[in-house]
Amino acid sequence: MESALVLVIGVMVAAGVYLMLASNLLCYLFGLILLSNAANLVIFVAGRLTRAVPPLIPKGQEAPLEPVANALPQAMILTAIVIGFGLLAFTLALVVACYRELGTIDSDHMRLAEPPPKRGEH
Amino acid sequence: MGWLLALPFLLPIATGLFALGARRKPRRARAISLLGCIGLFIVVVIIFVRVVDEGTIAAQMGNWPAPFGITLVADRLSAVMLLLAGLVGLVVAIFAQADVDLRREVLGFQGFYQLLLAGVCGSFVTGDLFNLYVWFEVMLIASFALLILGGERAQLDGGIKYVALNLVSTLFMLMAIGMVYGLTGTLNLAALHVALAEVDQPAALHMLAVLLIVAFGIKAALFPLYFWLPASYHVPPVAVTAVFAGLLTKVGVYALIRTFTLIFPADFSFAHDLLLIAALLTMLSGVIGAASQYEFRKILAFHIISQIGFLVLGLALFSPLALAGSIFYMVHNIVAKTNLLLISGTARRMTGSFNLAEIGGLYRVSPVLAAVFFIAAFSLAGFPPLSGFWAKLMLVTASLEQAAYWVAAVALITGALTLFSMSKIWSEAFWKPHPTGEVRSLTSLTVSERIQRMLPTVLLVAITLGLGLFPQPLIQFCETAARELLDPAGYVATVLPSRGG
Repeated sequence: MESALVLVIGVMVAAGVYLMLASNLLCYLFGLILLSNAANLVIFVAGRLTRAVPPLIPKGQEAPLEPVANALPQAMILTAIVIGFGLLAFTLALVVACYRELGTIDSDHMRLAEPPPKRGEH
Repeated sequence: MGWLLALPFLLPIATGLFALGARRKPRRARAISLLGCIGLFIVVVIIFVRVVDEGTIAAQMGNWPAPFGITLVADRLSAVMLLLAGLVGLVVAIFAQADVDLRREVLGFQGFYQLLLAGVCGSFVTGDLFNLYVWFEVMLIASFALLILGGERAQLDGGIKYVALNLVSTLFMLMAIGMVYGLTGTLNLAALHVALAEVDQPAALHMLAVLLIVAFGIKAALFPLYFWLPASYHVPPVAVTAVFAGLLTKVGVYALIRTFTLIFPADFSFAHDLLLIAALLTMLSGVIGAASQYEFRKILAFHIISQIGFLVLGLALFSPLALAGSIFYMVHNIVAKTNLLLISGTARRMTGSFNLAEIGGLYRVSPVLAAVFFIAAFSLAGFPPLSGFWAKLMLVTASLEQAAYWVAAVALITGALTLFSMSKIWSEAFWKPHPTGEVRSLTSLTVSERIQRMLPTVLLVAITLGLGLFPQPLIQFCETAARELLDPAGYVATVLPSRGG
């Protein structure tokens, strides 16, 4: 179960990084989504996966009878998802603003902050 | 006890919310923000004094004992970083009153500024890796807002590059956190010190180290991960650049120092070698980049990078003297660098541009500004008896002690090239006559604007001079702090009393 998920994470990271390397900012955004979800899955796997074992402690016992998944990483993922969603929404808005103001979403053509040197300049 | 360590972030968050609420009444928002900064400064001074008196202090939030709850810790390194954050926060808030235009204030500048301070201070006091990630995000989102606030075309352009690379850093950090938890089952930094030493999987440790170096290295602007910095630091108002330069990259360096002294074992030479190479290349490439620039703020931005190299160098050498040198350098650099950026803002106000070819004549019009620039710039280049000299002396001595002669050579070459850039600014902006002759003098500004611009600068330059002339108390403090970092037993015992050290 874990190894399957780890493979999925690997594919997601690879695809995410490949997309983020593109100069098209929309591709970058899709890559960002993949990569941030891959990071969430990494935390998920870190809590170990147990199928169909609810983390319940029977009456009279002090610990669950068989190993259960750690619930704390799942709480951390919730935090990470919320933060990731906020950042993604911000980045999307920024890309839209860039498209409106600069007329392009190709980061290679965004040279306002760092203009290419002109001939004869220092 | 708990409330004291929580105040450095609770206070700015509260101030920020009030300031955001009052953003349509800029005068009120400014007053709130300034009051908040004064309050924050008082709080960090109290924490600093207590830590110097009593050593490391810790607080468990919600009374959940560590490692189960969120721990707040202040040791000497945290305390001095908090003090610097409070100082920079206060002086830049004063400067921003004159520098940031009304439109940006109505958009919420003061509120975001306070949230940025909250994120920075939170990162310095937290004793938990996941909590550190959360504070990084608070800081990051506030810095995004400050960077593009106003929406000028160049700001959007610089903003995209800043956002794109910094998001990669947070994702790397998140993955590292997941793996740390998978390996050890805890994220409390003190508990990790104990738990990670027992992990017998070198491959996993190496991967973790690389992930964290990349994550914090992007934040700290280490070679070759720094390209977002020169692309973006010159686009926002100069007050924003000053607070970014003073605090943001330093949070990355702080996180590097914290993780590689506290949670990784001290004999983990793989990370130290990697950091050493990165530090040397950062120093050189930053200073060479600066030499090729011809714009006041861009030169300073490249110098931020080069000085990050010095800060990380102390960590990479990993001896008591080197770490003490790193901390001293941090204090010196935050003060001098923030000041230089504030001066660049005042220089632009008087000459109308950041481009060195288009400005000049400042020495004749304002000898005071020239004098403060001279002191701050030569301190940055490491001239005796200014603060930068002692910082570099400690780092170079530390590298000579380890017989790392080429490290010392690179440090000295970097210092010489820094001097080259600083004298370029000096001769262009201050010495040569203004090309069109249109220079305003400081006296032509209103009295309040003059105070808002010059008070922070003079205060910071006084600190630079003081540290240069009387370095001994700070050197002693840094040496104690370095010993604490290299022997984290005290830190662990304070956070986890049940372990008995």
